[in-house]
Amino acid sequence: MKKIIIALILSFVASCLFAQDAIMIIKRVDDNMISKTQIVESQMLIYGRRKTRTVVSKSYTEGKDKSFTEYLSPAREKGTKMLKLKDRLWIYSPSTDRTIQLSGHMLRQSVMGSDLSYEDMMEDREMTDMYSAEVVGEEIIDGRKTWILELKAKVDDVAYYSRKIWVDTERYVPLKEELFAKSGQLLKRVSLTDITKVDGRWYPQKMNYKDVLKTGKGTDFIIIDIQFNTKIPTYIFNKASLRK
Amino acid sequence: MRLAFQLAYKNLIGAGLRTWLNSIVLSFAFVLIIFFNGLLDGWNQQARLDGINWEYANGHLINEEYDSYNPFSIQDGHAVLPKEDQANLTPVLVRQATIYPQGRMFPIMLKGIDSKQSTIKLPSNLLNTSEANIPVIIGNRMAETTNLKVGDDVLLRWRDKNGTYDASSVTIVGIFDTNVAFVDSGQIWVAIDKLWEMTGLYNHASLFIANDNYIHKNLKGWRYEDREFLLKELTKIIETKKVSSSIMYFLLLSIGLLAIFDTQVLSVFRRQKEIGTYISLGMTRFQVVKIFTAEGSMYSIFAVFLAAAYGIPLLGYIAKTGITFPMSGDDYGIIMAETIYPVYSFNLVFGTIVIVVLLATIVSFLPARKISKMNPVEALKGKLQ
Repeated sequence: MKKIIIALILSFVASCLFAQDAIMIIKRVDDNMISKTQIVESQMLIYGRRKTRTVVSKSYTEGKDKSFTEYLSPAREKGTKMLKLKDRLWIYSPSTDRTIQLSGHMLRQSVMGSDLSYEDMMEDREMTDMYSAEVVGEEIIDGRKTWILELKAKVDDVAYYSRKIWVDTERYVPLKEELFAKSGQLLKRVSLTDITKVDGRWYPQKMNYKDVLKTGKGTDFIIIDIQFNTKIPTYIFNKASLRK
Repeated sequence: MRLAFQLAYKNLIGAGLRTWLNSIVLSFAFVLIIFFNGLLDGWNQQARLDGINWEYANGHLINEEYDSYNPFSIQDGHAVLPKEDQANLTPVLVRQATIYPQGRMFPIMLKGIDSKQSTIKLPSNLLNTSEANIPVIIGNRMAETTNLKVGDDVLLRWRDKNGTYDASSVTIVGIFDTNVAFVDSGQIWVAIDKLWEMTGLYNHASLFIANDNYIHKNLKGWRYEDREFLLKELTKIIETKKVSSSIMYFLLLSIGLLAIFDTQVLSVFRRQKEIGTYISLGMTRFQVVKIFTAEGSMYSIFAVFLAAAYGIPLLGYIAKTGITFPMSGDDYGIIMAETIYPVYSFNLVFGTIVIVVLLATIVSFLPARKISKMNPVEALKGKLQ
């Protein structure tokens, strides 16, 4: 009886420790992936049934609250701008010369027809605020040793009830993420590859977002150029900059 | 008057081919008017009946935030109605969802309805009898678009009341056939208590469908649209079609009536001696005008009989077999059966007869008026006036 009690106490302590480890891992991932500011020039390849669309954009990001994106090509999308300030998102369309604010269910629309939704991009809360985390195992992905973290929602208003993240044990970079519905059905998979050291931090240069319920190759997000902690003028994160 | 018609009849029979031609043209216009109006009336009747049986019933009690034409209103356009106010009402909850048949993605409306309802013809009883985990029914159009059939399982993804994604396999337990695209295209029907369980929105409804026993009273947060209000658009479309097709009737009738007019003008001009003779025999000018007017209006009566001779079997056959249209009214959001059966009411036929005869009489009278100004002596001599 005594032995059983001791075993129970030890497993409880271990699970607490694992939970603490998971939270520590997530915090370190955030420290690596999020910087004070980022300027990113990227290419989004949207694989459709008949053809592939390539959209080039330039983004300015400050923390998790502020982000400004301008689409540079193709010609149809050129000049389209998006501004995110906390939980609000505005889109400017040059063809109509109008700025509209997306909110609520409008955020569930896909970005430029990709597998990514505005809601996926907009999430500004800390993972640790939304999910309880636990290290459930280890795996080798592309020769890299990773921890497998299982995250379960601890608040009601999250889009994905649970997630699984594979984190590089050495570089604290996520290599894969799976997003699940309440029933446990896998909904989306994100693969992060081409991990390169930029300004002293490891960063994935290519991300693939895939809606696993439908056929197709998903959407590739490829970083052409990235700068960390560069000073961004404050006027960029202003609604007026959408019309310039 | 009887003499006028007797003389008119003799003159028309004597005219031969001219009479036939005028009568045929007028009868053709006559049959066409009845056919097109009958077709529109048939479409209207069918559409009204289908709309009432499949969608409108006795009216809708709709949540004030919900607008069936605005998908952005679905998220918040629902509420709980107290049980005591739900008498003679069938709840319907509408949510957005996505299905993935054969690896393709289809955004759809997920509609929950009481499986025991009998207010509308939707076969919701199939949702009750199935043992599947989540049984659903779809319409023919939806089945064709998604390539689904009875017994198929398809993955459905939806969000609960907090916006969290959930997904499960649903089973198609029935496919219904309806002319009302609004209950078919782009939607899946599930039992409402199942949908409450899936979303956590217990006892919520976006709208209620009223049965014939429903008596409306004002309820805060809900607006009532009665049957006639819901059918208003359809009625207006039919009225518009009737007005636009009247242009065709006008042209056809004009041709027929112009022919009668020309005939009468020629008749008066050529038969001046006859007119002079009538007057010299003691007829008043007005009586002579009556003869010539009666002649013109007799063309329309001949046309009516001629139209009846070939029109009755033709229109009767079309009323029996109907007319199938290659294009679908679905594309225009209107209720339109694939095959429309014309309906020829007594009012339609009688009204058309009256209008045609009246117009023929008028166009015959116009040239016959000249007779009242004629000098009978000059007419007898054969001098042109």
